[in-house]
Amino acid sequence: MRLDVVIETATRASRTGAVVAIGVIAAVASMPWWAGSGTMRTGVELLYYLALAQVWNLMAGYGGLISFGQQAFIGIGGYALVLFAYRLGLDPYLTLAIGSALAGLFAWPMSKLLFRLHGAYFAVGTWIVAECWRLVFANWSWLGGGSGISITATVRGIEPWWREALAFWLAALIGLGSIAGVYLLLRSRFGLALMALRDSEVASESIGISVTQLKTWVYVVAAAAFGLVGGLIFLTKLRISPDSAVSINWSVTIVFIVVVGGIGTIEGPIIGVVLYFLLREYLADYGAIYMIVFGLLAITVMLTLKGGIWGTVQRRFDLHFFPVQRRLRSSQQTLNST
Amino acid sequence: MDALLRLDNVSKSFGALKAVDGLSVSLQTGEALGILGPNGAGKSTLFNLIAGHMRPDAGRIFYDGNDITTQPAAERCRLGIGRSFQIPHPFAGMTVFENLLVGAVFGGGLTERAGAAECHAILKRTDLAAKANRLAGSLTLLDRKRLELARAMSTRPRLLLLDEIAGGLTDDETLLLTDTINGLRREGVSIIWIEHVVRALLRVVDRLVVINLGALLQEGEPQAVMASREVREVYMGMDASA
Repeated sequence: MRLDVVIETATRASRTGAVVAIGVIAAVASMPWWAGSGTMRTGVELLYYLALAQVWNLMAGYGGLISFGQQAFIGIGGYALVLFAYRLGLDPYLTLAIGSALAGLFAWPMSKLLFRLHGAYFAVGTWIVAECWRLVFANWSWLGGGSGISITATVRGIEPWWREALAFWLAALIGLGSIAGVYLLLRSRFGLALMALRDSEVASESIGISVTQLKTWVYVVAAAAFGLVGGLIFLTKLRISPDSAVSINWSVTIVFIVVVGGIGTIEGPIIGVVLYFLLREYLADYGAIYMIVFGLLAITVMLTLKGGIWGTVQRRFDLHFFPVQRRLRSSQQTLNST
Repeated sequence: MDALLRLDNVSKSFGALKAVDGLSVSLQTGEALGILGPNGAGKSTLFNLIAGHMRPDAGRIFYDGNDITTQPAAERCRLGIGRSFQIPHPFAGMTVFENLLVGAVFGGGLTERAGAAECHAILKRTDLAAKANRLAGSLTLLDRKRLELARAMSTRPRLLLLDEIAGGLTDDETLLLTDTINGLRREGVSIIWIEHVVRALLRVVDRLVVINLGALLQEGEPQAVMASREVREVYMGMDASA
């Protein structure tokens, strides 16, 4: 055995990326002092979509769990706010943590049921389970029933500037934190297992990875993240209804962002979310046409760019801003790279 | 000697097809066993049963004195059963080195740092060192087969199940492969090898088992088994026409 074996994970792009990241964090953190209300609202939305996309990508792009039912957990997070903050009078920010924990807790028995299904059946199954959650909330009249409920009262005591700033910082923490979290996870030993799982489930088992356990764990963590973001979404909207909380539109938008940006990479969801917001801003004046443009774009990318926009860029230029690849470097030998 | 692995009257059916039919086989510690049989004889199913990718319909499987019949595949790997797949299953989006590293970490129970050195050594033994940082998905079929062996080795197996890894190799490459496998034997690894390339098999194994239609046809010392008329008829006859 030689001691000159080094696992290399940094690249020149990643070092540039680190400098850029610090600049982005500073700019984002100071936004409440210089940005207008409209920009802030868009910013909050962009940041929570970023978090949702990162987490969905971790689950679907690596864990192979193509779920179309994550809106169930957005609903659980949102309705935790109604139950604990509005009805029971707990601090709304504390309630975010409760909603997140509840989403993770419910995800565990749900995974037992859903993991019996595979592929397309799993995708449809998750959607159906989410619909069940929608019906639960719609029929629970104490939480507003089918027509929904306004929860403005929960934040009445907080000054508007602070409320906006707090929501923004929380969204920034969760959005940027999701990138950091997924990156650190992929660089850990669990990252190795997740990448193996992405490539071959049967081979993963054969080399000692407990696949079902790993998938359950990813599903539960993703649910907790969706619950947290769900709470945050409705803490800024201050009005919730079963149809807006447990809506398939969440899944459709997230899938668009991840698939167009590049599934199975950290950079993909970032590009996807920026593209989605740019398109939405510029196409908003043209009414329903923008949905058609989104559809055409998604189809074009899927047909022509394998691995989405970032997947194509990565293949052509070998760029890795978030390198998670372990490269072997040895002083005796020059090793070819990809 | 203690039996490292013992299959006791194991059966597995797929619908009406009895892929493995009441098979009993055992392997001593340190032994190398070759398995022959025509296509569809149930050889790969047998490996799936031993490695835990399938549960038998009937019968028990014992490893190292313990009943592992219901243990999941990942657990069996951690107990020391490593396997290669007949159709390579590389982790295509990971580098060749990472393919081994993940085995060393999860199957072998090593840290990434300790595993890296060991994986480097295995890459050299299997002639893959120069391709360590290439994506496994970019390898040729031959290198993918090498990777199957290398990755199985990275899990630090005590029992190695090899499924047709010599097909398509040149004479020199076959020699290199059998040298590597014999090297593993000297380190105490027990082997079960399914192989159609009989001359490669005979350089390694102590004992041959021939199965046909999921059942044991012949078992014994390699030369004697190969000389038997029954084996020649069933195996050579059917294999030539297949």
